Amino acid sequence: MRTRRQGHLRSFAVALAALLLAGCAATPSRVDPFEPFNRAMFSVHEVVDGNVVKPIAEGYVKFVPELVRTGVANFFGNIDDLFIGINNVLEGDGNRAGDDFGRVLLNTTFGLGGIFDLASMMGIEKHNQDFGITFGKWGIEQGPYLFVPLFGPTTVRDGTGTVIRYFLGPVTYIITDVPVRNIVYGVGYANVRSQALETEKVVDTAAIDKYRFIRNAYLRARQAQVYEGKPPPEPEDEGQ
Amino acid sequence: MIRMLAIAPLVLALLVPRALAQEAPDALVKRVAEDTLATIRADKDIQAGSYTKIRQVMETKLVPNFDFPRMTALAMGRSWRSATPEQQKQLTDEFRTLLVRTYSGALANYRDNTVDYKPLRMNPGDTEVTVRTEVKRPGQAPVQIDYSMENTADGWKAYDVIVAGVSLVTTYRDEFNDTVKSSGIDGLIKVLENKNRGPAPAPPAAK
Repeated sequence: MRTRRQGHLRSFAVALAALLLAGCAATPSRVDPFEPFNRAMFSVHEVVDGNVVKPIAEGYVKFVPELVRTGVANFFGNIDDLFIGINNVLEGDGNRAGDDFGRVLLNTTFGLGGIFDLASMMGIEKHNQDFGITFGKWGIEQGPYLFVPLFGPTTVRDGTGTVIRYFLGPVTYIITDVPVRNIVYGVGYANVRSQALETEKVVDTAAIDKYRFIRNAYLRARQAQVYEGKPPPEPEDEGQ
Repeated sequence: MIRMLAIAPLVLALLVPRALAQEAPDALVKRVAEDTLATIRADKDIQAGSYTKIRQVMETKLVPNFDFPRMTALAMGRSWRSATPEQQKQLTDEFRTLLVRTYSGALANYRDNTVDYKPLRMNPGDTEVTVRTEVKRPGQAPVQIDYSMENTADGWKAYDVIVAGVSLVTTYRDEFNDTVKSSGIDGLIKVLENKNRGPAPAPPAAK
């Protein structure tokens, strides 16, 4: 009787140790504590994206003339500029915000609703900015990494920023006709997805493990954006 | 004839210092980048995604300016020291092939880009410098691309490329470390070999 209970205890201890070791082996669990779940979501994404979304984006590039696609990209880019400006204000960068709002003003009026990027032609530079970066500059950590099917890599912090951005619109409020609005969203999605086609090809060739490569590249790129291209150095290991 | 002979020393005098004097790292980056961009813009086959032509441009213009053994050592990190010289050579060859293949797929996309070259901060006698550039793309925010360069017996060579603050070498360190941890150095060599034997990257989508 006694030996049997001991046997149970021992196998329980072994199982517990195995579980702990498995937890340790799944590095870097600190940035990606939901890795198994994320990997499952990534697989779902690869199937749906590969069979439905990617062919649509490829068709968009193939059948819509470049001039039209540039206009579409500029139109959505102009809306982005508004939020880039807002975020530069939130980060206290008045100079850049001035450029951003100047771009919006110019492109919305003389650029016919943002279809033409006159501001860039005049040398007013576009910036890179969003709510996730602002939160980062305010000292908020990324939080766990998340892979969202049909949306891509994000984190709790960046994803929160994206949700805020989505609710602020303004397409949602300007276009009240639901079918028209859905078309605008659809074209916007095709625009974004088509821009990632070339990058994706690079990742396919470059990565040993595509999930891991995207995660690490995403987290590093976001870190660099928060630190404006000068992230704190990681522990160097020259190996030479 | 006599006149030609008379100017010969002059011509030689002009040529020799050029050949002997070492090209500054920023001048090197600018020359190579502008030369490559001009080739891409002029060549319809490259724009159409001709893999052979792109490979040729990569091999002749870009590859000679990189120090692949150092890049591989940096990407391997601690495991580099535990690799045998034979393994190190295999790793370097495979990593080089992987990078050439990766960038071959993307090269034609740089057609519409222009490059700004930032002033170089360098002290006389420096053997390592960072050459900073900014790549401008129509309708998008510019991207910072920096080259970490070292002075070798063979002139300045790049050993890392930092795109928007993200180091190429560091990105690969994650890939390599995790693979070495799970399947060893030979395992990593196998993985790289298999990857490099896969189908050539697809040509860029029609523009």
